[in-house]
Amino acid sequence: MAANHAARWRMPALAELDGRLAQWLLVLVCAALSLFLLAPLAAMLVLAVQDREGNFAGLAQFAAYLEMPGLAESVWNSLWVSATVTLITVPAAFAFAYALQRSCMPGRSLLRLAGLSPLLGPSLVAAIAFIQWFGNQGALKVLMGGVSIYGAPGIILSASYATFPHALMILTAALANADGRLYEAADALGASRWRRFLTVTLPGAKYGLISAAMVVFSYTISDFGIPKVIGGNFRMLAVDIYQQVIGQQNFNRGAVVGLILLLPALFAFIVDWRMQRRAQAALTARAVPYVARPARLRDGLGLFYCTVVAGLLLAVLGMAVYTSFVTFWPYNLAPTLRHYVFGLDEAGVISAYYNSLRMAAATALLGTAFIFFTAWLLEKTRGADVLRPFLRLMAALPMGVPGLVLGLGYVIFFNAPDNPLGGLYQTMAIMVVANVVHYYSSCHLTAVTALKAIDREFEAVSASLKVSGFLTLWRVTLPVCLPAVLEIGRYLFVNAMTTVSALVFIYASHTLPAAVSILHLDEAGEIGPAAAMATLIVATSTLVCLLYAVFSHLLLRRTQAWRQARP
Amino acid sequence: MSYLLIEALSKRFGRFTALDRVDLSIERGEFVVFLGPSGCGKTTLLRAIAGLDRQDSGRIVQDGDDISQWPVAARDFGIVFQSYALFPNLSVADNIAYGLDNRRFDRSARARRVEELLQLVGLPGIQGKYPAQLSGGQQQRVALARALATAPGLLLLDEPLSALDALERVRLRGEIRALQDKLGVTTVMVTHDQEEALAVADRIVVMSHGRIEQVGTPREVYRAPATPFVADFIGRVNVLDGAVHERGRVQVGPHVLDCEQARDLSPGAAVRLYLRPEDITLLGVTDSAPNSFYAHVRKVEFLGAHVAVVMKPDRMEGVELTAQFSQNYLNGTELPPGAIVRVGVDRRHLRVIAGEG
Repeated sequence: MAANHAARWRMPALAELDGRLAQWLLVLVCAALSLFLLAPLAAMLVLAVQDREGNFAGLAQFAAYLEMPGLAESVWNSLWVSATVTLITVPAAFAFAYALQRSCMPGRSLLRLAGLSPLLGPSLVAAIAFIQWFGNQGALKVLMGGVSIYGAPGIILSASYATFPHALMILTAALANADGRLYEAADALGASRWRRFLTVTLPGAKYGLISAAMVVFSYTISDFGIPKVIGGNFRMLAVDIYQQVIGQQNFNRGAVVGLILLLPALFAFIVDWRMQRRAQAALTARAVPYVARPARLRDGLGLFYCTVVAGLLLAVLGMAVYTSFVTFWPYNLAPTLRHYVFGLDEAGVISAYYNSLRMAAATALLGTAFIFFTAWLLEKTRGADVLRPFLRLMAALPMGVPGLVLGLGYVIFFNAPDNPLGGLYQTMAIMVVANVVHYYSSCHLTAVTALKAIDREFEAVSASLKVSGFLTLWRVTLPVCLPAVLEIGRYLFVNAMTTVSALVFIYASHTLPAAVSILHLDEAGEIGPAAAMATLIVATSTLVCLLYAVFSHLLLRRTQAWRQARP
Repeated sequence: MSYLLIEALSKRFGRFTALDRVDLSIERGEFVVFLGPSGCGKTTLLRAIAGLDRQDSGRIVQDGDDISQWPVAARDFGIVFQSYALFPNLSVADNIAYGLDNRRFDRSARARRVEELLQLVGLPGIQGKYPAQLSGGQQQRVALARALATAPGLLLLDEPLSALDALERVRLRGEIRALQDKLGVTTVMVTHDQEEALAVADRIVVMSHGRIEQVGTPREVYRAPATPFVADFIGRVNVLDGAVHERGRVQVGPHVLDCEQARDLSPGAAVRLYLRPEDITLLGVTDSAPNSFYAHVRKVEFLGAHVAVVMKPDRMEGVELTAQFSQNYLNGTELPPGAIVRVGVDRRHLRVIAGEG
């Protein structure tokens, strides 16, 4: 009895500690996100209203920038090009997604992979490939009818290619969540196919369409690599930033352009965020999934369309790969490994590939751990309630910050002479952090979705059994969420491998990443080695995706005993 | 001294009052059921006792300790949720032993305890299975075993049976009650199923709108409901409006009925009488016993072992009574719609609820 009493006396203190620890960790992750997301953006904001000597200048920088010749042209170009890409990509991806989700055409999983293939390489791959197809020595230059690919046409084509898989992912998800009962009701009421499409399918996918349009638009307006490689003299805002900061070392001016670029992206983010919230309410728990039935005409048309699109996408990728294996396109088509063996070495960029491998591995490992743990703290611990809305916002915000703007904020913040964290600047670590922050939002969403799907009383049960919440995270929550965790790791790895925009401001010569090195090789006219590097990246991403697929398959099989539903 | 004492417990969610100054005392070893419609605060009260939803104000004392501000992990209870919340990736043995692992149980002691608990819930030998391989009822028993593994002083059951089918539900509630009798653990169960509450509880706490309407044994809350809500929520009830005629007699329409509970009411006062369907008796057509009257049969509902008869009493405008007769009692008597019957009411069964009228 005495021992029992002693145990009871100690227990509140121990239990208190467990909860306190979770709250302190919550404070810590909030601080980390403030430091690596908010502070750089704030620093950019401050710099934009200062002159080059650091005095407050109000909106003078903005005024000076607005008076610059050619600015109106940049803004207008950025807007109309992005709008055009949106108008091309979203309908194209919608038709593709519709055929994938709502038809019974054969080969859907292969076609889906082909549709997502642009994700495997940097956006520059498209620019290089289109130059090879339609450029001055292009194989299909005649098709251009005298119009140069360098400039708006090349940018539009390349950006449409690069944004297609992003739109496709959103739209397949939107079309997957259909309520079969609505279709049965429409059929029962004798609605025609076309009317059913207009009254059930389209409204059901409305939020997905808007969301896809927002993503495509903000991706295009803030992408920097494509206009740099294939844009020629065509001016766009993203290139302007690069020229101001790297070319003229004018950080104040760069900050101004950065803020201007942040506006449309943030606007898109806010619209999308509000839409998402409403969309959640639209699908009830009692919905019955829609299952497509075979229909010859629709399935045939779908197969034809998807095959053509997939062929085009693979042709773009294939051209970049092909270029890397021929001696000198288009004059000498003899196959060679020269670009790999000597080209990359001569240009001194072979180390860039290893840099990227290390960076991507670190991003995947540390990023996944941080993001999942933060999501767990947010969803499954108690207390510190004032911090939770803030943390939710911090997790969603990176979606609305273009990589280029984030990178710029990092330069401004971490390169400031009086910043005690200045030591991070020009290290591998800062690039890893930038990648994690840049790709935070969708990873967070994946983690939260997985956490919400498991029984919400696990923590209550383990507390009642006097088991620490951290132990339950380790023994139960993490194993149950492992598929989502692997998915986050794969996503982070591939994106870290392929991204250019967030890193272009913060790499140093000894940390040059592979994707950025493509930019340099292209500038030096080394198109063969550039294609070789792109191919290496694509091959690596593909390998990682394959490993992921194999590993999650094995994992699911090994854990089948408890993952299966009822016996 | 009571084992669990709740004083003036209040809890609001935004503008919704979930608990409104609730007072309750539970004895050691008691089986208490919180009963009420959804949103009445019964689950909130249970979660406050567990520390899962902290109260805004008020006090909870368990076994002499004021645990009002204690974190969940510091409180002494085991809990079974509606969803069971079994850890899907752990075997049945690991689930049950989850709370034992940090208590320095050695392997054989752990295995023995698991076996003992599985024996207790009637599922010996399933240690190696995973929750997904079990039926709902089996999962429920495993969850119960896990909650009991650490020998808590208080067992909390949050709608533990509502995910099961009807037959399994009846069987399991009997098992839970038997188990509780055997272990003597103080138990609080939340349910919205009145039959379940009547069947298992030592005492029932009937709740509505964040308040306790009545606390009593199943017999008390059924036979002597303290409020109209309780009368209406538990079982079916007929309502008759009338006025006190003289001491112990109430005038309802043209009839004057004897009513024991109206003895202390002054003549002329308006009263509302409550009458259970099974308290209406069928008399011979010519029987003129006190407290009897004629009625027209309107509708007969066949309920298997019983029939529910909706009838219209003679010369009482707008009043319908529902009577319930067992087939046994009717003994083959036909009650076709339109038939005239004579029915009687025992004066002890006409209830007046205090404070009404």
